[in-house]
Amino acid sequence: MAKVLMKGNEAIGEAAIRAGCLNYFAYPITPQSEVAEYLAKRMPEVNGVFLQGESEVAVGYMIFGAAACGERVMTTSSSPGVSLMSEAISYIAGARCPAVFVNIVRGGPGLGGILPSQGDYFQATKGGGHGDYHLLVLAPDGVQEAVEMTMMAFPLAEKYRGPVMIMGDGLIGQMMEPVEFPENLYVPPSNKDDWATTGMDKRGSTKKNIVKSLYLDPKVLNQNNLTLKAQYEQMKREEIRFEAYNTDGDYQALIVSYGTMSRVCKTAIDNMKEQGLEIGMIRPKTLFPFPEKAIHDAAIKPSCKRVISIEMSMGQMIEDVERSLKGKREVTWFGQCGGDIYTPEEVAEHVVSLLKNN
Amino acid sequence: MGKTFSRPEALSDAHTHYCPGCTHGIAHRLVAEVIDELGIRGRTVGIAPVGCAVLAYNYFSCDFQEAAHGRAPAMATGMKRVRPDLMVFTYQGDGDLASIGMGEIVHAANRGEKFTTIFINNAIYGMTGGQMAPTTMPGQRATTAPTGRNVEETGMPIRMCELLSSLATPGYIARQALLKPQYINKAKKAIKQAFEYQMAHKCFSFVELVSTCPTNWGMTPLNALKWAEDTLIPYYPLGEFKKPE
Amino acid sequence: MQKEVMFAGFGGQGILLSAKLLAYAAMKQGAQVMWIPSYGPEMRGGTAYCTVVVSDRLIGSPIIKNPAHLVAMNRPSLEKFAPVVKPGGVVLINSSLIPVRSGRTDIQELIVPANDAAIQLGSVKCANIIAVSAFAAKSGMVDIEILRKCVQEEFSSKPKLIPINMQAFDEGLKIAAAS
Ligand SMILES: Cc1ncc(C[n+]2csc(CCOP(=O)(O)OP(=O)(O)O)c2C)c(N)n1
Ligand code: SF4
Repeated sequence: MAKVLMKGNEAIGEAAIRAGCLNYFAYPITPQSEVAEYLAKRMPEVNGVFLQGESEVAVGYMIFGAAACGERVMTTSSSPGVSLMSEAISYIAGARCPAVFVNIVRGGPGLGGILPSQGDYFQATKGGGHGDYHLLVLAPDGVQEAVEMTMMAFPLAEKYRGPVMIMGDGLIGQMMEPVEFPENLYVPPSNKDDWATTGMDKRGSTKKNIVKSLYLDPKVLNQNNLTLKAQYEQMKREEIRFEAYNTDGDYQALIVSYGTMSRVCKTAIDNMKEQGLEIGMIRPKTLFPFPEKAIHDAAIKPSCKRVISIEMSMGQMIEDVERSLKGKREVTWFGQCGGDIYTPEEVAEHVVSLLKNN
Repeated sequence: MGKTFSRPEALSDAHTHYCPGCTHGIAHRLVAEVIDELGIRGRTVGIAPVGCAVLAYNYFSCDFQEAAHGRAPAMATGMKRVRPDLMVFTYQGDGDLASIGMGEIVHAANRGEKFTTIFINNAIYGMTGGQMAPTTMPGQRATTAPTGRNVEETGMPIRMCELLSSLATPGYIARQALLKPQYINKAKKAIKQAFEYQMAHKCFSFVELVSTCPTNWGMTPLNALKWAEDTLIPYYPLGEFKKPE
Repeated sequence: MQKEVMFAGFGGQGILLSAKLLAYAAMKQGAQVMWIPSYGPEMRGGTAYCTVVVSDRLIGSPIIKNPAHLVAMNRPSLEKFAPVVKPGGVVLINSSLIPVRSGRTDIQELIVPANDAAIQLGSVKCANIIAVSAFAAKSGMVDIEILRKCVQEEFSSKPKLIPINMQAFDEGLKIAAAS
């Protein structure tokens, strides 16, 4: 297929359709509204469902209801909206339904700003709502990866029967890059007759299916949470994705960075290489499960003197990096989170100054 | 520099960010004039919505709080309950009040919270770039209703005054418009009335103002006024819908 | 090799479209491209700007502090961004709206009365097309014939607008050649 030039937000909408998701509910919010605007046009063309809900609270439960029927369903939002959906996400996780949530993150807390940020890292990776659950979190670094991750998100959600989140940022939503929609990423929906409320007639069964998260019996609730835990352990074995950049040879420092920030770091690394300074990077593509081992192994390389977590947040991912290093290396943080993003020059300057003071 | 009219004390001298021909500025001015006339600026607290008027706190010269999208009536409730002596008003758009904030406004009105709500009905989401609002007219185009609002799928526009008037709790509910001087005079009277009821600790008071959004309607300011007169006014009749005994 | 150009002007001057056309043309030539708009509170009424990055390898940072070139459609844009253009770059100045110059001697100024020329052709709206073709001709950032096709395609749903925009395109080339 030929490449087309598309805005990240529109490409995410198109990718959902290509992945066989014909159900979309959302509420407008900058910098994500173009997904809704795109799908308002596209969904009718493919006989899909498009509905603007009255709030993100309502949208969260529109997603829950649709997902509980076993249908592929997606919503997109940005930080304040995702906070409102977090209640529904907790219920969806508890009731074990597959659904895809896209967060085009903007600066917070509160109303914050509308410019790009990664300030929702904790919210995305540590659950976000109440109770013992996680989302599988994918973090694209550009429009092409946003497309691929959107398409992968649906089968992943079905494999684990739980919510999957794509965590982008305002820049990925707003910028245009050439994209190709891969055919090979389409996976037919899995059979949900054993749990979804598809209607007993439709699935030819006399056994009723109930989708719920209330378990008053402590043993049963514990069992449900153990099932979730087992899923998360399986994710840690099977779903960790990351990119290692410039880590084959020796390097003096290791950067851990993801999303838009990692693109900046890549340029900084290339520029430093030209100056004769080797810096490696691990870029998590899944934020949960987190590539702990890859980071650990890359950080303990004898040549590596510093580990730096570079984020568009005030030191959130650094906690996972620290955890990965098990105390064997110290990690420092570098970043900002008001909407401005450090340039490659500023990143390089920081790295060089750290190594000098070493 | 010659002055053709003076600025109410309750308005700051900041330049607003509103688009040319937007009626938010008129609404601000009317509220400020009423605050001046009642002499209450020193004990008034406004609550800004999330919408084009989010920066209202820069334009009024009284205390202000900033709410989350749709939640202003709940914040106003909190404020009025702990400080009944304050004069409290919320200033909300139609997405803010009639969509995401529907729960908050209905329950505040039903409890008869003694604050005032100024409701700007411009039949669209302004700030986020022209998405459909609950007040968008049938067939009216919006970025999330590219072929026009389809009432089969999204229902009819919500008339907030009529809806709130159906509550059994006493209140003051009025709808006026900002489309021409006669309307604007009446709008100011209604706003003053609303604040007076609050001053007398009488009831919840609500003034809807039929407004324009030339930018997202894709019209010149003049055409926007005409379109509002021809299309919005017949569906959103002006007048007082409810008064306390 | 990576080159960047920043398009800047008032909202409504067609900045985003000019930038998109350039990005399209570069993509059709097989280059890697990135189109990065400014979005934010300054959009309404204020300055709009947009950066296009064209490269022969994967593009890293979307954050560009020093673009290779600048297309300034109004005065605030020139004043704000001319100082950050890399030495040797092209700075297009829409002289219809900008009475001043960049004040730099290490860049190539391209003076284009885009609005006046567009008005002469019959619509001020095609000033952005004049600017993009003049810029492309001067900078050599993309192939002119591919860019011409992209402009044509852009207006394919409004065929009535094709002739005037094609004229605008040629006008831009003429101005660049004469400069
Ligand atoms: C929870 C949440 N959802 C969505 C938004 C995005 N948002 C900001 S303003 C707005 C709508 C504004 O429309 P309206 O209330 O009609 O006011 P107007 O701008 O037209 O004056 C929306 C959806 C937000 N800030 N917070
Ligand atoms: S977008 Fe509409 S409501 Fe907002 S300031 Fe402009 S005209 Fe007014």
